[in-house]
Amino acid sequence: MPIEIPKDKWGGKIRTTVLGATAAEGGTRSHTVTIGGESSLPFMHFETPTPNTPCIAIEIKDRKPEDWSPILTDIWGEAMNSPVSWSKAAELAGADIILMWLTLEDTPQDAVNAAKSVLGATGLPLIVYGPGQVDKDNELLVAVSEATKGEKLVLGICEDKNYRTIVATAMANGHLVTARTPMDVNLSKQLNILISDMGMSNERVIMDPTTGALGYGIEYGYSVMERLRLAALQGDQMTQGAMIVTPGFEAWKTKEAKVGTGVPTAWGEWKERAINWETLTAVALIETGAAIVVLRHPESVKRVKTAIGELMTVS
Amino acid sequence: MALSGIQIYKLLPQTNCKECGYPTCLAFAMKLAAKQVELSGCPYVSEESKKQLAESSAPPIRLISVKAGELETKAGNETVMFRHEKTFFNRTGIFIKVKTSEGPEAIKAKITEVEGYKVSYVGMDFTVDGYAIEADGGDFSNAVKAVRANTKRPLILVGNDPTILDTGLGILNGEKPMLVGADASSWEAMADLAKKYSASLAITGDNLDTLAELTEKIKTKGVEDIVIHLKSENLGKHLALSTQIRRMALKSNFRPLGYPIITFAEGGNGRDAIVASQAIAKYSGFLVMDRFSPELIYPLLVLRQNIYTDPQKPIQVQPGIYEINSPKPDSPVLVTTNFSITYFSVANEVEGSGLPAWLVVCDAEGMSVLTAWAAGKFDADRIAKSIKGFNVAEKVSKKRIVLPGHVAVLSGEVEEELPEWEIRVGPREAVDIPSFLKQAL
Repeated sequence: MPIEIPKDKWGGKIRTTVLGATAAEGGTRSHTVTIGGESSLPFMHFETPTPNTPCIAIEIKDRKPEDWSPILTDIWGEAMNSPVSWSKAAELAGADIILMWLTLEDTPQDAVNAAKSVLGATGLPLIVYGPGQVDKDNELLVAVSEATKGEKLVLGICEDKNYRTIVATAMANGHLVTARTPMDVNLSKQLNILISDMGMSNERVIMDPTTGALGYGIEYGYSVMERLRLAALQGDQMTQGAMIVTPGFEAWKTKEAKVGTGVPTAWGEWKERAINWETLTAVALIETGAAIVVLRHPESVKRVKTAIGELMTVS
Repeated sequence: MALSGIQIYKLLPQTNCKECGYPTCLAFAMKLAAKQVELSGCPYVSEESKKQLAESSAPPIRLISVKAGELETKAGNETVMFRHEKTFFNRTGIFIKVKTSEGPEAIKAKITEVEGYKVSYVGMDFTVDGYAIEADGGDFSNAVKAVRANTKRPLILVGNDPTILDTGLGILNGEKPMLVGADASSWEAMADLAKKYSASLAITGDNLDTLAELTEKIKTKGVEDIVIHLKSENLGKHLALSTQIRRMALKSNFRPLGYPIITFAEGGNGRDAIVASQAIAKYSGFLVMDRFSPELIYPLLVLRQNIYTDPQKPIQVQPGIYEINSPKPDSPVLVTTNFSITYFSVANEVEGSGLPAWLVVCDAEGMSVLTAWAAGKFDADRIAKSIKGFNVAEKVSKKRIVLPGHVAVLSGEVEEELPEWEIRVGPREAVDIPSFLKQAL
């Protein structure tokens, strides 16, 4: 006798967001990337189809970072010396999107040059993040936003203490924003409401609920993402944004990934451990509903891509 | 599904004989529903009612134990789909696979390596739970002997020929191993074998209709300890099937699928790591790894701990002042929160630096620095209270405290609260503490 599989029926749906604009749409991207649109829990293909595949953004910086693990600087090598070569290498490594961090030393002109040079180097959609200091973020992101009008970049990071300037310039120049809150469902809703109150269309806001790396609080981020997804499907409009998370950033700051000497032998071989750290953090978060995972190591990108392919297989 | 007091009442004799110690059958039924009395308190309940009541009170996912001597790994008894709804209870048992074709010497070497493995994470020591022995040609009983001679941990025996498995089971006297390999064609002989040795039996498949049919058949042979060996060709299918099995058990109270799942993590280029992590997060009670390597097992053991941590009870350490590397009155004073991961990250770094320090652990309700700060549980007021409450001033000559870099914004307020102290801002990440201690202090 065939079993009747219980299927969840939800009223809500994750918003569909498009990153990047082609020439026909007023930008210069060779193609766009569409995320979100699900009306079930992640990969429950037997309930409703998963319309868009989760994406991988590769994280680069416009100046070579001083504090990255040698495992990363070895693998990217010379490419890290300029955002042009780095973004090209990232595209070759399988990135769907480039995420570029600006740095504190940048002048607005430096930031504009970096963003334009990456747009010239690859056809992928681009996310641009300020260095994380309020005044500097606003100064650099406004310049980048104006100089790249119509490209549908993603600008960030909007946080409750600083979102107005970034949102205003994104609205004026046809870009998107990332809204980050520290692992809390209500804070996440609240920031979305504040941004929406400014008149920004909800489809242009990607939520970053923040995560911890494996071993460093992943369970908090994991459960917050599961709760956000459930709330969204239950119809709460302010939790229905597609989600971006940064497992690469989180994993590579852990001692397990960053340090190779003077650690317990039970931790095993350094490089493979580091890649496992990044990969397992990323896959766990994809299974809770992340639409974009931001990664650092090309091998992790390869492995996560394979996992996404398997998860998207309908059988 | 638990029955209500009224439903239970209908199954009782309804004679109000009072022999159970309660004035009416209804009162007794209410106590039963609240699980405050045992059904055996009623001397007149019918066999039929007993059966129905026992079934209704059984957990929706049967608890299965794999046991050898004192060592035991349990799976099942789960009650929720998402950990935030309550918690996940029985941590996925992680087993390492050996094959008979490897030969007794190689098996012995592998077991010895794994037996020596122990890794420490936030003050807890983790090891693997046991071994799976696969009959893939060669002398099975010799392989089982080689394993048993070198470990006391519980075992899983894998194979599709009952007569071969029998030769291994004979050696494991008084244990409760698991048998994996029964399918639609071999279930009967395998069930006999499981019954003979009181082993649990895993039934293999990727079709829920067939699996449900087979678990019912196996039950009729008197084997109740059943496990579902889910064998699916890709991660997507495995996730869907695991979710469906858990839902059928928890939401539909569907007994034929109310058993733990066992997953075999296979595949090169790191695929096995991903299969294993999905199994841990999404509903497998047992996990068998094709290979052993510390750089893979360590993250998996950590992931398991993270996923199975009770969300209502973050792992905390006792607030107070901790001495690291025998600090002296002029040693630096570092401040952090009492979330265990935070505490151990900081303490390990300071310890590793070889430099002495006082570590003041504030009561931030078990939250990390950034989370506690955002939630208002780690502010100038709490920091000042800790410094005063733990009498830090009496222990040190240099009145200087170092705040975590993530709460640099608090330094002004802390200065106001602690006017006699110099306030410094340390690094954001624990990993950068040693260089900070060496260079900045």
